[in-house]
Amino acid sequence: MGAKMFGARVSRLEDPKLLTGRGGYTDDMHLPEMLEAAFVRSPHSHARIKDINISDALKHKGVCKIYTASDLPDYLRNTTVPFQVPNPAISQPFQQRLLEDREVCFAGEPIALVVADTRYNAEDAATLVQVDYDILPGAADCKSALEDSAPLCHVDSPNNEGAKYKVGYGDVASAFANAHLTHSEEFWIHRGGGFAIENRGVVAQYDELDDVVTIWSATQSPFLVKQNVVDMLGWESDRVRVIAPDVGGGFGPKTIYYVEEALIPLVAKDLGKPVKWIEDRRENFLATNMERDQYWDMEIAVDADGKLLGVRGQMIHDTGAYMPWGIISPYISATTLPGPYVLPSYELETFVALTNKVAVTPVRGAGRPQAVFAMERLMDRAADKLGLDRAEIRRRNLIQTEQMPYALGLIFRDGKPMTYDSGDYPKCQEEALRLGDYEGFRHRQEQARAEGRHIGIGIANYVEGTGLGPFEGATVRIQPSGQICIYTGGGDSGQGHWTTLAQVCADKFGVGVEKIDVQKGDTGKIASGVGTFASRIAVNAGSSVHLASNEVRQKAIKVAAHMLEAAEEDMDIENGSVVVRGSDLSVSLSDVARAVQGMPGFSLPGGVEPGLEATHYFSPSQSSYCNGTAVVEVEVDPDTGHVDILNYSMAHDSGTLINPFVVDGQVQGAVAQGVGNALLEWMVYDDNSNPVSTTFAEYLLPSAPETPNVDVTHVESPTPINPLGVKGAGEGGTIPAAAAIISAIEDALSPWNVRIAAAPLTPSMIVNQVRAEKAVA
Amino acid sequence: MSDRRTICVNINGKAYEREVETRLHLADFIRHECLLTGTHVGCEHGVCGACTILLDGKTARSCLMLAVQADGKEILTVEGIAPNETELHPLQQAFQDNHGLQCGFCTPGMLTTLLEFLDENPDPTEREVREAISGNLCRCTGYQGIVAAALDAAKRLQAGT
Ligand code: FES
Ligand code: FES
Repeated sequence: MGAKMFGARVSRLEDPKLLTGRGGYTDDMHLPEMLEAAFVRSPHSHARIKDINISDALKHKGVCKIYTASDLPDYLRNTTVPFQVPNPAISQPFQQRLLEDREVCFAGEPIALVVADTRYNAEDAATLVQVDYDILPGAADCKSALEDSAPLCHVDSPNNEGAKYKVGYGDVASAFANAHLTHSEEFWIHRGGGFAIENRGVVAQYDELDDVVTIWSATQSPFLVKQNVVDMLGWESDRVRVIAPDVGGGFGPKTIYYVEEALIPLVAKDLGKPVKWIEDRRENFLATNMERDQYWDMEIAVDADGKLLGVRGQMIHDTGAYMPWGIISPYISATTLPGPYVLPSYELETFVALTNKVAVTPVRGAGRPQAVFAMERLMDRAADKLGLDRAEIRRRNLIQTEQMPYALGLIFRDGKPMTYDSGDYPKCQEEALRLGDYEGFRHRQEQARAEGRHIGIGIANYVEGTGLGPFEGATVRIQPSGQICIYTGGGDSGQGHWTTLAQVCADKFGVGVEKIDVQKGDTGKIASGVGTFASRIAVNAGSSVHLASNEVRQKAIKVAAHMLEAAEEDMDIENGSVVVRGSDLSVSLSDVARAVQGMPGFSLPGGVEPGLEATHYFSPSQSSYCNGTAVVEVEVDPDTGHVDILNYSMAHDSGTLINPFVVDGQVQGAVAQGVGNALLEWMVYDDNSNPVSTTFAEYLLPSAPETPNVDVTHVESPTPINPLGVKGAGEGGTIPAAAAIISAIEDALSPWNVRIAAAPLTPSMIVNQVRAEKAVA
Repeated sequence: MSDRRTICVNINGKAYEREVETRLHLADFIRHECLLTGTHVGCEHGVCGACTILLDGKTARSCLMLAVQADGKEILTVEGIAPNETELHPLQQAFQDNHGLQCGFCTPGMLTTLLEFLDENPDPTEREVREAISGNLCRCTGYQGIVAAALDAAKRLQAGT
């Protein structure tokens, strides 16, 4: 039997193809007679459309057809994106129409679709479509949007409040009445978009013979796209196949379905030719969902020892003009705040504001970085006021291992009471402090100050609900050739599912991962699926692969026992063959697979069902909660505001690891996005809600020089929620990053007593704050 | 003046003669006319670096050039880096061994950029590698695996393996 694959640092099976330019991304498809599409999008954040004139555009060379709302079949004229995650807290669940011809509510909203022989001609013609607008004022900043005097996001609605809800538990009022110390403060946290380097894209082809439309989409969730298409267009489910080919990064926004994913198949079927639409970067800034602003007005109460008594406050969340994902992000924010701490009482009222901007839906971290920022800043404030060390106040409040499973008193986004299933929070914090040499830091700081340098250290903890249901399935099949294949529904946008799912399966058949083929993200290959988001694939698909592999293994042994006339309990599977222990009797999996194909007129060996395969749809009873601690050391130049991250340490507990090599990569990449959130990424709008940062020269992504190496250590607390003990690992790195980095910057600037309550923190903000404090002093 | 020209570009040792619109950018030419789709397009405004190719041995952003400007020139794209069908170039192998890629979308631009860099600077420091790829955005890896791969590749190339 070969080396054990599960848990090993196996290098990725995906890589050779991608390293040699042989990947197949959506825009790499070139189908015969394929047409290309371009959209006419609103240049205004808010306007009434008075007239659309396509006559000049139609005359442009190469144009096949132009679609506006009035060119859609009658039954689709008012069709909107289906609202699939309702919640009674939502009072105004506005959803986007396929094409708008009355009122556009964000800059980038699609008005017309031009199909031509080439993209170049389609774009030219799109510029010739004349739209007559009555420009309206836009609801911009989400806080002012809730004021009575604010312009309305949708002209016919009574106000801009999309939803309102309260979460909490415990007796907050008496916690504050009896507190030794309280502190209140307002925080502003902005997060930007996913900004995968590959933009979105859709190709669709109608096969008249089979009456099937095949859709290739750069999506994380082909089954959600299919559901969307079926719901919006009213097509039969078995007439639609959605494939997520190689996807160049997702990070959340490619989870959600978009009108383009329904329009392109619609026009491909109408025109009887394949149609391709590839989003360009400007469209991506305008029309791909993102996260944005949250304001947290919060208060904390602690006793004389720094033990938490309560936290209360209000939060305002910018949701954009439409709510395709309901209140998932702000709800996750609200339930993330207590984190790893024993927090006896908590109350948060959330207001979700409609603004004239593209919709807000989860981006890696999904509302959690904001909550962690608010909570961790409050912890820092309480520590500072009490004269306690910032790590020490956290240590005093961490939930202890013997308190696990720990019921929080809140209901999570999966509708289940939040119960942390497992985890060793004190150990995680300790490990991160050790890794970042927290103990030696004050000495380093003194030395640096003597040299005129300003260094600081910051710490942040988080808990994250991962591995959300409802399910993700897997079929494991051994072909008559002996090839082992896994089929699963979620797409792969860089996570390495081929490798990790193969690792779960390989040991059951005593083979190396290279012997296993994984086909993912194709609704034609497995009956049901959900998608790759919410750090859920290792948990759900991984568990399904485990269960299905076990079943196939058992079946193979049963059939082989019959073939070899041996007892099942004496048999094992090694190197892809079923063997009788202590003998040289064996039969290859290929022969077993052939045997269960059956022979005409003969019964199947051992009375089994045909086919050497099994399908499982693992459905977790609740989320599994991963956690971690980030410790960050920075150097700040108070004159230029430049921040250098000197050391980034992270202790991370995502349960059992299938492949530490891959998990490390997930953590490192996630941290980089957190660095962007802390220091760089800012989607800027003008006062009328028009976006002004629509290139990578204006909206800054972290590049190599400012991104730190991350020292990752893993604490492994297996979850009892699934058979593998795994928890999600894709988002943890992002969640505490901004909180820890900002805390470190504040520490570095402590000679000036600078207090930071916002992220991202730009160099000019740092310089201004230092100057202001100097002026006061 | 006609807006179409016939050009001949040598890509990865093979001549591609095509009649193209003069406004066609080089990345689109490589991807959609020559069907070499390994070169990627991430921004079309010169910032992300995904479209980086080697033009007469020097890195160039193929989204910022017109195809007609490449007439008569030699181009190397990601498809031309490996020595043969089955083996990887040491830089590619180092990327696999150091988890230098996740989604693989930035990878072609990273590889071409680093090929040029390691040629000019065979024994770089980590800082130098980070500066060298500062014009290539990767949203997946946090650059750590890419930097490790570049340093590892430098060693392998120097050792001639
Ligand atoms: S596509 Fe050329 S630099 Fe981004
Ligand atoms: S590997 Fe995905 S962008 Fe670099």
